[in-house]
Order: sequence, then structure tokens, then C-alpha cells
Amino acid sequence: MRYAMAVDTLKCVGCSDCVVACQTENNVPIGHCRDWIVEKTTGTYPKLQLEIRSERCNHCANAPCVRTCPTEASHYAQGGIVLVEESECIGCKACITSCPYDARFIHPEGYVDKCTFCIHRVEKGQEPACVAVCPTHCMTFGDLDDPNSEISRAMATRKWKSLIPEAGTDPKVFYLI
Amino acid sequence: MIEEIITSGRMNPEIDPILHVWGWEIPFYLFLGGISAGILIFSAYFTLRGRQDELPVAVKWMPIAVPFLIGIGLIALLLDLSHVLYAWQLFTNIRWESPMSWGAWTLLVITPLSMAWVATWLEDIFPNWDWKFDEVKAMINWLKNQRRYLAQILILLSIILGMYTGILLSAFNARPFWNTSILGPLFLTSGLSASAALVSFFSKSEVEKRLFTRIDIILIGIELFMIVHLFMGHLAGTQVHIQAAQMFLGGAFTVPFWIFVVGLGLILPVILEILELKHKFVPAIVPVVLIVGGNLMLRFIVVNAGQASRWLY
Repeated sequence: MRYAMAVDTLKCVGCSDCVVACQTENNVPIGHCRDWIVEKTTGTYPKLQLEIRSERCNHCANAPCVRTCPTEASHYAQGGIVLVEESECIGCKACITSCPYDARFIHPEGYVDKCTFCIHRVEKGQEPACVAVCPTHCMTFGDLDDPNSEISRAMATRKWKSLIPEAGTDPKVFYLI
Repeated sequence: MIEEIITSGRMNPEIDPILHVWGWEIPFYLFLGGISAGILIFSAYFTLRGRQDELPVAVKWMPIAVPFLIGIGLIALLLDLSHVLYAWQLFTNIRWESPMSWGAWTLLVITPLSMAWVATWLEDIFPNWDWKFDEVKAMINWLKNQRRYLAQILILLSIILGMYTGILLSAFNARPFWNTSILGPLFLTSGLSASAALVSFFSKSEVEKRLFTRIDIILIGIELFMIVHLFMGHLAGTQVHIQAAQMFLGGAFTVPFWIFVVGLGLILPVILEILELKHKFVPAIVPVVLIVGGNLMLRFIVVNAGQASRWLY
């Protein structure tokens, strides 16, 4: 099982519903966020192109945060989801500096926090909160090892990219373009 | 035009807008760790060469500072941890891929060994020193007989201590400025250089002073060579590495780095040391303060510049 997420940049309108849903679902402390919206503008006026992306931890298959963690607090869980075990985290912040996506932050209680792909929902067969609330249905979550899953089909039929794969992280959040 | 901005207002403290999770504690620890490693390497090396009586400051006196320096460094490290009550978790795992893990284990071993090393010299330095208990005396005598083995282990561990601080940073490929393997040798060399400068400052013997001034001149030469290579490597790298180097070649770190680290911390003191060797009068405190200050500054700048260098946005 290899969990992954695909965000359709042609459908995303940047409404930030996913950000709010995540904060509510996961009780993310005020002033922090586990996912965010990026708008990329390219070109020269009046010929401009806009790409909107909902971003979060990329749950990399070769995660630098897992590699540099001195205590195994950062680890791969079921389906390759990268998690932080709060009771093993010493707050050294090595994982934060080793994440090229800046996807992690320090929870006010001291441990390092980040997107969990809503593993507590996924285990119950539900979608992550951000995916569930998206008003344009631009996000797909599922198992890459299942060729019939919605995400496998989307990846097979659409052009896609991931963020800075040249950093060697093998990210598992994809952007349909 | 390419403009990439976070529009949902991500403002995670210490992450946005520029990463700054490591404040003064980490560079200060790297500085103390580097000097401790340098002192122990010189002390152990010249003991193995049988020159302990000729070079008393380097071999016998300077190591006294090491347990204190490491202790202060460890306090700084603990202050940096945001989940400090779980710090013991460091010692429930050995993670070979994580330089921070083997750094923690090295410190766990080198701290008591450095104390044992100091203990073997105390009677030499203070003739009236009395260990009071027979058991302690017997143990110290046993340690004295093991000095050669102790010195060999200390050299190995000190090289790890001096290098790992740099390797720790270079293991983060997410921060392009750190992502160069030369940081390990550079930090080791600069730690050795600062401790050589301290030895020649504190020494009363002309032989020892001149030897360590000469060693320091060579080490500073190596450091300058490595700094040039650091930038050559970055400039020949990918776009993010070039951008990282440009922070020092016109960007925000240009003045502090080239004036305070390279100019005042390396080139000026090396000129002063050469003048000293030529028997010109140079106040002894000046080169040592410049070198030690430059050492501290190097670590602060490297830690901050690394955090400011990035791949995205």
C-alpha cells in the first residue's frame, strides 16, 4: 500500500477550505497550519498564467526528516505516511531544517507537528479532511498500488508533476497539470 | 516573471517568512564543541609523541577547560530543545543516518573520557594535589598507565566531535548553503585553529608558543583554502546552490562574512602571527581574540545563512 494525494491545479480555486478543514479536524493550534495555498504566476502582462496549488507535507518515500531524526520520532507509518510520534520527539528541529517544503512546525506543546494525511480518518475508510471538504473536488487521495484506485487512474490519464523531485525526496503529493 | 507566493497566510512561527528554528544555542554549541575537539586532539597527539613536558599548556593545562566547555555546550543544546523533557529519547536509539544521533552518542562517551584525561594530569600540574581516597588513587594510576589507549580513543572521538557539527549541517540537503561536504573538515580545522591560538596565548614557553603559532598559520591557510572551495563548489552547483553562494557574494551575508570572518578572523590574525614569528611586537591578546571571535562568527553565519537558503518560494 502506498498512499498518495493528487491535487488538480486546473480545478483548484485557492479558496483555502482545505486549510480551515485541516485546522478544525486536527485541532491545529491557532497561528499554525499544516496545509496552505500557493499561487504561482508566470509570464508577462497581459499574458499571464496562474497555477494554484493546495500544499502540505509530501509524505516523501525518501523522507529527509525521517533520515535526520535522531530518535525515530519521525517515521513511516502504514502506507508510507510520514508521522511524528510526539512522545519520542525531543524538539531538536533537525526534521524541520531537513524538509525542503517547510511542511513542519513546532507545536506550542514542544513537539514537531505536520500533516498526517488524516491517518485517523483514513484508517476508518474516510478521506482526509481537506479532500473531503474541497468544493471543486480537486483533490484525490488513495492507494498508488491499486491500479483501479481513483488516484492511480488520475495519474495514468493526466499530466502531473511533483514539487522539487530534484531534492531526491520522492514526494507522494502530485499536482495534475 | 515567475512569482510564487503563499496566499492562505501560512505564518508558522520560526518557519515563515524565513526559517529560523535554530537561534544562538546551536552555533554557540558548535563553537564550543569545535574548540573542545581541537584542544583534545592536540593534547592527545602530543602525548602520543611524548612531548608532554615540553608542551605543558597544550597537553596538560588546556584539557582542563574541555569538560566545562562541553558542559556549557550541552546546556546550550538542551536550551534549544523544544520538547526537552523527552531528551532521554536520544539514548534509546542509535540512528546511523542521523548525524545528530551519533553526535549525541559521541558526547556521551567523550565527556567522561575528557574528565578522565584531565584527571590523569592533575598531579602533574598541581604537585600538592591529593585524591584523598585510596580507591581513587588506584583508579587514577590505572588510567595513567592507559594513557596511550586513552589518547588514541580521544583523537578518534575528537575528530568525530569536530567534524560531525559540520556534517550535521551538510546532511540537510533542504538547505542548499549547508549542503556541501566541506563543512565538516572546515569546522574541524577552525576548531583546531582556535585551540592552537589559545595554546600559544596561554603558554609561557617560547618553544610551545612558536610551535602553536606555526601550526595555527598552517591551519588558517587550510581554512582559507576550504572557504574558497566551498564557494567554488556552490557556484558550480545547481541554481539553488548558486543562489546560496550569492548570499555571500553581494547578498545579506557579504559584509559580516568577508569582513568579520575572513578579514578580521583569519587574514589579519595570520598576518599578526607571521609578524610574531619574525619577532615583531604584537600584543598577544589580539590574534587570539580575533581568531576565537572569527570562529564564533563563522558558526553563527553558517547556521543563519543555511536557514535562509531554500528551494521553494
